[in-house]
Amino acid sequence: MKKILVAVLTALLLFGLGQGVGAKTLKLGLDADPVSLDPHVQLSGGMLQYSHWVFDPLVRWSQDMRFEPRLALRWERINDRTMRFFLRKDVTFHSGNPFTAEDVRWTVERLKKSVDFKGLFEPFDEVKVIDDYTLDIITKKPYALLLNMATYIFPMDRKFYSGLDETGQYKDAIVKIGPSFALSHASGTGPFRVTFREQGVRTVFERFADYWDNGSPGNVTKIILTPIKEDATRVAALLSGDVDFISPVPPQDFQRIRRDKKVKLVTFPGGRIITFQLNQKRRPELADPRVRQAIVYAVNNAGIVKKIMKGTATVAAQQSPAGYAGHHPDLAPRYDLKRARELMKEAGLKNGFSATMIAPNNRYVNDEKIAEAVVSMLAKIKIKVNLKTMPKAQYWDEFDAQAADIQMIGWHSDTEDSGNFSEFLVMCPDAKTGYGQYNSGNYCNARIDELTLAAQSETNLARRAEILKEIEKILYDDAAFVPFHWQNHSYGAKKNIQVEPIVNTMNFPYLGDLVIQ
Amino acid sequence: MFAFIIRRLIQAIIVMLVISLVGFSIKNRIGDPVRDLVGERVTPAEREVIRDRLGLNDPFLAQYVRFVSNAARGDLGLSFFHKRPALEVILSKLPATLELVIGATLIIILVSLPVGIYTAIFPRSRLSRFTMGFSTLGVSIPVFLTAIMLIYVFSVELNWLPSYGRGETVDLWGWETGFLTWDGLTHLFLPSISLASITLPLFIRLIRSEMMEVLETEYIKFAWAKGLHARRVWLVHAFKNTLLPVITVFGVQIGIMFAFTILTETVFQWQGMGFMFLEAVERSDISLLVAYLVFVGAMFVVVNTVVDLIYGLVNPTVRISGAS
Repeated sequence: MKKILVAVLTALLLFGLGQGVGAKTLKLGLDADPVSLDPHVQLSGGMLQYSHWVFDPLVRWSQDMRFEPRLALRWERINDRTMRFFLRKDVTFHSGNPFTAEDVRWTVERLKKSVDFKGLFEPFDEVKVIDDYTLDIITKKPYALLLNMATYIFPMDRKFYSGLDETGQYKDAIVKIGPSFALSHASGTGPFRVTFREQGVRTVFERFADYWDNGSPGNVTKIILTPIKEDATRVAALLSGDVDFISPVPPQDFQRIRRDKKVKLVTFPGGRIITFQLNQKRRPELADPRVRQAIVYAVNNAGIVKKIMKGTATVAAQQSPAGYAGHHPDLAPRYDLKRARELMKEAGLKNGFSATMIAPNNRYVNDEKIAEAVVSMLAKIKIKVNLKTMPKAQYWDEFDAQAADIQMIGWHSDTEDSGNFSEFLVMCPDAKTGYGQYNSGNYCNARIDELTLAAQSETNLARRAEILKEIEKILYDDAAFVPFHWQNHSYGAKKNIQVEPIVNTMNFPYLGDLVIQ
Repeated sequence: MFAFIIRRLIQAIIVMLVISLVGFSIKNRIGDPVRDLVGERVTPAEREVIRDRLGLNDPFLAQYVRFVSNAARGDLGLSFFHKRPALEVILSKLPATLELVIGATLIIILVSLPVGIYTAIFPRSRLSRFTMGFSTLGVSIPVFLTAIMLIYVFSVELNWLPSYGRGETVDLWGWETGFLTWDGLTHLFLPSISLASITLPLFIRLIRSEMMEVLETEYIKFAWAKGLHARRVWLVHAFKNTLLPVITVFGVQIGIMFAFTILTETVFQWQGMGFMFLEAVERSDISLLVAYLVFVGAMFVVVNTVVDLIYGLVNPTVRISGAS
């Protein structure tokens, strides 16, 4: 009896799998699903991933960090405040409406109303429609990152989102809490339409028949996205064949996935820098650059990458990862315990001191383990650290309140540009301008502020890169913060799924171009 | 009788008020829900505006009074994450949890009864000893470990059963059930087993010891002396009397099983109330959390009140002792 049951079960499973391959369905298991169908409701990695599947940006980043034309075919700078974009013709939205320059103007205006996006679009003055397929984007000041920002413009279907819904609310209202039209309806130009959605349970995407990009090799006709929050369950779902593609993969399971013949592991260097900030206001010892340097020398970040991150991160000595304009190639990690002890002695702190430290325990990959490793590393130069870790839900309030002397923060540049790191993490904190909003170290250097602001409006890219590199050098010499690594993105997939060409630094897998063999 | 009913109802209302007050006072300790609603770059000033609009900056008492007066009209607020009424979210997750508990209960009944009886009748057999040893082990393994081991063996290695989720469900008058599809049933298997694994050993041991005790009693000896058939003595005469205490314990254990669904549902990504609760904690979806506490509290209060009222009807001494 049992044998028969087993045979029947196995046959059914095989039959089910066979069907899946024929229809080119991708069963996707991610740690979370999009919080809304409205791309402007929240600025987060997950929402941007979703935007790339259902909408299309004007331009997007390629794997080697160049701009790739999407809805904008080409662009040219008219003057130092204006960029002209020429749009693709014969593009239709999912609703059937044609895509024109008016939709772009409307989308940028909506972005400027979104709480999450309006900060990024602050430098934008207006979008001027020249004709149906030509438009000018004008900024308030000369702005070097205009194209970077164009990767955030995912034109939405203006006609589709106009008017009132049945409850009398405007269809284009951006609602954080509560129902709205855009929360549950979407019309973009992207490769997939959303055909079913139960939040937190399942989202189904089906390929848009009239998608403009005929050159795309992508052959996925249907995506079934299931959020699987538990790391172990997500990996088990891949290994058992219940899903085809997962992300992220926890480092402790890398070996398991590499060993398995049916699946593969793909990693890609990311741009999120993990750092500790040393609060000079709370602890006067940390205002002495020698002490900060001693801490940087005492921290074996290469060892952390090897042992804790299992090699799935890139060791860092600065904010900007390779490929960014400000990446300074000469800055190397400096782990040297002897030098660290000497510096402590020079600073008159041979006997060390004690400090408090906080870190989240569910925000970054292995955040808690990294913090614990740092505690034992600093003990070697007699800095006695009192560590407290907590879930991210509680962490950010503590971080803002500067509840400890040493605080962990990871940062990914929204603009994929070096300037963004300095604006938020190391410029002198100023509540009025918002600069240095996440600078809990209270590092303040007038020269850094001056250079960062200069880089913002320098439109000569070579000169701009020099400025950004100088910033990194100063921060390095000053030991403004303790750098650890840039996290890698990790994906696990069945062997026949060609993940490699569609992943990138931003962690936006371009599923429209995904090929299943 | 009328006074008794009124008294019980007033007590129930007081209990509900206390539950909501406790829920309300811990909600500010769980974290800032606005953080989870906005990107990391949104300025503190902008966040304040959102907090104001949500009424989170009002004095505690004002928030509480508003909550209670809305709740009295059946409105438990909007879930921050789901962007739907919290009560609606909870009710939509209820079937999944109930089905999981029903599945686990069936497994417990089907396994513990025959095994318990067998080990009581043949306490020295090798199979009995093995079962008892194994059940000791079973009690001491935490449920998430059982769950992970089951997934590893039956999904990853043997590839017999699905590893997560509820599978295909059918809408039965608003009740999303997985009982009616083959896919749904296969998905139910592993989670039910892991949930059952917590209390199954307990029941095997309980039935065994109760049964052994009964087998020693005079009336069983008399039944043997009368020359009754062995099966009749065991299954009819002894077993019936074994059941009474078992049923009492069973009632208590079902409540405990509901609590353990939180762990089981999290590992299996089972979309029930327990999973929803844990996610709400992680996302600081405090409006959903408070609604959940009030909802679960209300269920217990209603059941208890009804039971008390029935007791009062059936047994007048309860009413009288309550009055004195």
